[in-house]
Amino acid sequence: MPKVTVDGIEIEVPNGATVLQACELAGKEIPRFCYHERLSIAGNCRMCLVEVKPGPPKPQASCALPAAEGQEIRTDSQMVKTAREGVMEFLLINHPLDCPICDQGGECDLQDQSIAYGRGASRYDENKRAVTEKYMGPLIKTIMTRCIHCTRCVRFSEEIAGVDEIGALYRGEDMQITTYLEQAAKHELSANVIDLCPVGALTSRPYAYEARPWELTKTLSIDVSDAVGSNIRVDSRGREVLRVLPRTNDDVNEEWISDKTRYQVEGLTRRRLDKVWIRRKGKLEQASWDEAFSTIAKAKAGSSIAAIAGDLLDCETMFAAKTLLGALGSTLIESRQGGMAYPADNLAAVNFNSTFAGIEEADAVLIVGSQVRWEAPLVNVRLRKAAKRGAKVFIVGPHWETTYAAEFLGDSLDQLQQLPAHVAEAMQQASKPAIIIGGGGLVAGALAPALALAEQWKLVREGWNGFNVLHMAAARMGALMLGFAQKGGMADIAAANPKVVLALGADEVDFSQFQSSLKVYIGHHGDKGAHAADIILPGSAYTEKAGTYVNTEGRVQFADKAVFAPGDAREDWTILRALADALGVSVGFDSFGELRAAMTAEVPALGVEGLADYGALPKGDAKAKATGQIVYPIKDFYMTNAIARSSPTMQRCSAELLHGEDFAEAAE
Amino acid sequence: MAERHIEADSPELRARWGNFAWTAENAAKAKEVVSRYPEGRQRSAVMPLLDLAQRQVGAETQTQGWLPIPVIEFIARELDMPVVRVLEVATFYTMYNLVPVGRYHVQVCGTTPCMLRGSDDILAACKKRGMKKGHTTEDGLWTLTEVECMGNCSSAPMVQINDGNYEDLTVERFDAVLDALARGETPQEGTQDPARHTVEPVGALSTLTEMAKSNHDYRSEW
Repeated sequence: MPKVTVDGIEIEVPNGATVLQACELAGKEIPRFCYHERLSIAGNCRMCLVEVKPGPPKPQASCALPAAEGQEIRTDSQMVKTAREGVMEFLLINHPLDCPICDQGGECDLQDQSIAYGRGASRYDENKRAVTEKYMGPLIKTIMTRCIHCTRCVRFSEEIAGVDEIGALYRGEDMQITTYLEQAAKHELSANVIDLCPVGALTSRPYAYEARPWELTKTLSIDVSDAVGSNIRVDSRGREVLRVLPRTNDDVNEEWISDKTRYQVEGLTRRRLDKVWIRRKGKLEQASWDEAFSTIAKAKAGSSIAAIAGDLLDCETMFAAKTLLGALGSTLIESRQGGMAYPADNLAAVNFNSTFAGIEEADAVLIVGSQVRWEAPLVNVRLRKAAKRGAKVFIVGPHWETTYAAEFLGDSLDQLQQLPAHVAEAMQQASKPAIIIGGGGLVAGALAPALALAEQWKLVREGWNGFNVLHMAAARMGALMLGFAQKGGMADIAAANPKVVLALGADEVDFSQFQSSLKVYIGHHGDKGAHAADIILPGSAYTEKAGTYVNTEGRVQFADKAVFAPGDAREDWTILRALADALGVSVGFDSFGELRAAMTAEVPALGVEGLADYGALPKGDAKAKATGQIVYPIKDFYMTNAIARSSPTMQRCSAELLHGEDFAEAAE
Repeated sequence: MAERHIEADSPELRARWGNFAWTAENAAKAKEVVSRYPEGRQRSAVMPLLDLAQRQVGAETQTQGWLPIPVIEFIARELDMPVVRVLEVATFYTMYNLVPVGRYHVQVCGTTPCMLRGSDDILAACKKRGMKKGHTTEDGLWTLTEVECMGNCSSAPMVQINDGNYEDLTVERFDAVLDALARGETPQEGTQDPARHTVEPVGALSTLTEMAKSNHDYRSEW
């Protein structure tokens, strides 16, 4: 623990800290471009110069200098001021003065720091360098003349994403950042380089020229594109969501989000259900709320009513539906639309118990039926970190491109009963062994044998729980906490043959099971569920309602409402509340506050932000066997939910990046 | 912008170089080169292997050789490393040619000592023969590049042609070298000054005269 003095303030810094970190600990701001907490140190922008004694009589790059006992650091001396002005002047030599037409304007590190640390004017009157644009795919717009060669994007793609596709070609003044042969960046986190870029060289292509940052209303929210529950900030103007940015949460998404999280919001203004529709003689016709409610009431369902929760739902909507059905005397509620039927009586058995931050420390990981890269790209980032620390990763399931060293054991669950000796040995001897079961594994029936292995390998030990289930639906854990699960899954609902089926944003249901039922779709997008529905009630998407979400690690998080739903669409809980009146029952809440109070009274954990406690794992059955073939449920990363399917950017990503259609444009 | 650029990837390029593989002799050499590096550090061999590949391309095309994209990808596969990392190395160092060159790659040093000793005349002589910086002559014989210091300042001006250095040049001496090369001969490398063997002083010693006979400590005289 070296003691250093920063501008006369004596502080103690952790071992291995850099001078820059020491200055930050002392509360001093150090300007920087290339340095980033989560990337390796490059030391090539020179903006973080400080004066350090003892040492050479010149300013030193604080990001790459280890803090040492007795250092005297000055960030406020004349030498430092002059050095910063000099570096800034050099950086601006080749940087165009095109801030008025630059999308980074208003949130640009170079802009801010040149105001704070620059000398105000340039003495350079030669020609500036110009660099041709590089094609980096449908998400990243490049204006490479603005690049200041910090190499954050290169380091991100190599270190975090694990896909070496961006590089710095040529040298010196001619250095250029590009993807290999200007191919599109092809991984699920590619757009994070837009946030990382300290200047306007890499900006968001779909968001180009849409808005200035100061025009936007910022709302804190939670992402629903997968079960990670990434913390996001929704930037909106008027009634439109313009973009989504990550919020830093070290426990969940660090400071990254997947491309789907970032760009599915474009679908929020397309294919929306903004009116009530009723199917008459096979054709959907516009109708009023009253007509719709009376049609539902006329079905005289009584207790023969079922509710199916979709993948994007907040807990409040599900609780409102559950309460409504309860008032009608029905318990036919289910959330696993696709027909999965794993036992959900002990939630610890279907939870990501290690937590995302914890899985980084695992030293042996067995992945059963999960294409982690597509099912939860940010968990894949954690697994990559674990693998870089030396964790052995084994995968049961068809091959996919991992971003770390991993051994594929086979496509079938038979493998679990006859694991190769070296795998069993690695798992047994690991100090923090972990199993991750994905959607494909759950369908194939991996849960029971995995629980047996968990017991055999003692996955639960002091300070460690290595048993993990990786869900893909943002609503799943919340739904299971609210009891949205039948013993036999969807089959039980179909067998009950309900007169009315409420599909709450449920698009992945096989509606042919409900031929004779009155199918009411409450949701926001005209997708598969709406196509099959007899009555469509327009609801709200995740940005249009406040809500509680529980991610796959059982982390309860709250989202705020960013914008109002379009047209006649209402917040889902109000629709269910009005439906209760139409059906002549009482649900016991009239406001969102009352609804939330009733929900937390029933499931207290939903009222507390943070990890819910699900108790101990159930006993494993050593005789449990499974032989299913593993088939990954996600066929197209960019098209997994109704919002993403409506987003033109996601459609183009799918066509160009996954199906190889050619969209490459001539350099602008 | 510099004129240095990568030869564009095209179907023709793929057809010509897509099947690039080591010759038996170079395969053995490559293996030996890779074995020089410790286990797990094989990627360090990227620079010698790129050079070897450039020479093989040169042998196949009767030129100094260059690195087409498929060959760079071949090296990446050989060393099991991301191809963009190989491309970074290949584009960083100017002695890797990124576009086809002629039979003789004339690299004229234009850095200060050579310039003071007349490199401008050398460049003019090149121009007279139809050479243009960054281009190959139509007969495919010459490619001209101006380069930075090659470390032959005491026998400036100098020109490097493929692997040989030709020093102490005047326009006449330079022309003689080029004519010999054009005839297919192998002119003497090194200094072209008949009065010199290497870079010893021309004529009488003008500096450090005391040192001629025995070691002399000049420090007290500074």
